[in-house]
Amino acid sequence: MSRKLTSRERERFRILLMAKIDDELTTQESGELQQLLRTYPELEKEWNTYHKLKEVTNTMALKSPPKEVWDKYWINIYNRIERSIAWILVSIGAIILITWSLFRALESMLADTQLVPFVKIGILLALAGFVILIVSVLREKLIIRKTDPYKEIQR
Amino acid sequence: MDTNKDFDEGRLIRRCQQGDSHAYGVMVEHYKERAYYSALGLVSSHEAALDLSQEAFVRAYRSISKLEPERKFFTWFYQILRHLCFNHLRDRARHARPFSEINVEEVQQIVDTSQNTEEHIEQAEMKTAVWRAIDSLKENDKEIIILKDFQNMSYKEIAEVLECPIGTVMSRLYTARQALKSKLEGYFDE
Repeated sequence: MSRKLTSRERERFRILLMAKIDDELTTQESGELQQLLRTYPELEKEWNTYHKLKEVTNTMALKSPPKEVWDKYWINIYNRIERSIAWILVSIGAIILITWSLFRALESMLADTQLVPFVKIGILLALAGFVILIVSVLREKLIIRKTDPYKEIQR
Repeated sequence: MDTNKDFDEGRLIRRCQQGDSHAYGVMVEHYKERAYYSALGLVSSHEAALDLSQEAFVRAYRSISKLEPERKFFTWFYQILRHLCFNHLRDRARHARPFSEINVEEVQQIVDTSQNTEEHIEQAEMKTAVWRAIDSLKENDKEIIILKDFQNMSYKEIAEVLECPIGTVMSRLYTARQALKSKLEGYFDE
């Protein structure tokens, strides 16, 4: 009477089966696999299926791109890096210029004696609110960036 | 640019961290094919694989100061690449393509000259079915099959890039191949 395969033996067989078809089996493990196949002939079917599947994938390969792709590969990356640095510089410059322009506009507005006081107050309040909004959004983004374990995942 | 004989990864990483873009060029030359094919296996499109693998190198360069010189570059880089590829796949899934548009063209079939025409056609059909089945697998299942069967990485290398024990690699491979087998019902059953 044949023995019944235990779940532990099945798990072991699966591991050995993968290692066998991927050619990563040691001599000792190979003997262990043969022993399992002899003891449980029903495993032969599973072995044959995965072996055939592996034979097919062995004859497939990802297509090589045209040679020019490799020739231009690094230069494309270099250009992207260079452009990203350029964008950072443009952004910093723009922030400095916008801040300075706003400051000068505010300064001349406050010095303008013809402008009624409540308009000046309105502009100052709107500006203060805008600054608080920007600081709040930036702080939130920075905190999320520091603590979010899924920051690399695009939402 | 790159010759394997002169390739000292630890030294190159330190030079990259000091802002040496030429050293980074050497790193890119060394790993570009591996990066491209890893992406191609996952996203099944030449254009997307090229764009994503290059973008991963750009992001890796920006963060290279965080890489410890004793750590392998590709293991670290692969984490960036796979995140980009998986995000791309999720975006693409939102704009689902018809099944017939899956890019079978990105897989070349290694021709067996001993086969006659009929056998060859049969084999070609089977390979197309296998690639479609691989392409329709869950991301993690597809990834491990690509790394093993198309990138020909050893279990040790896969364990390194996926940052998991070898035993996990083997059981994940079994699960992935089991899923693949069930998608190919009728082709491989005895």
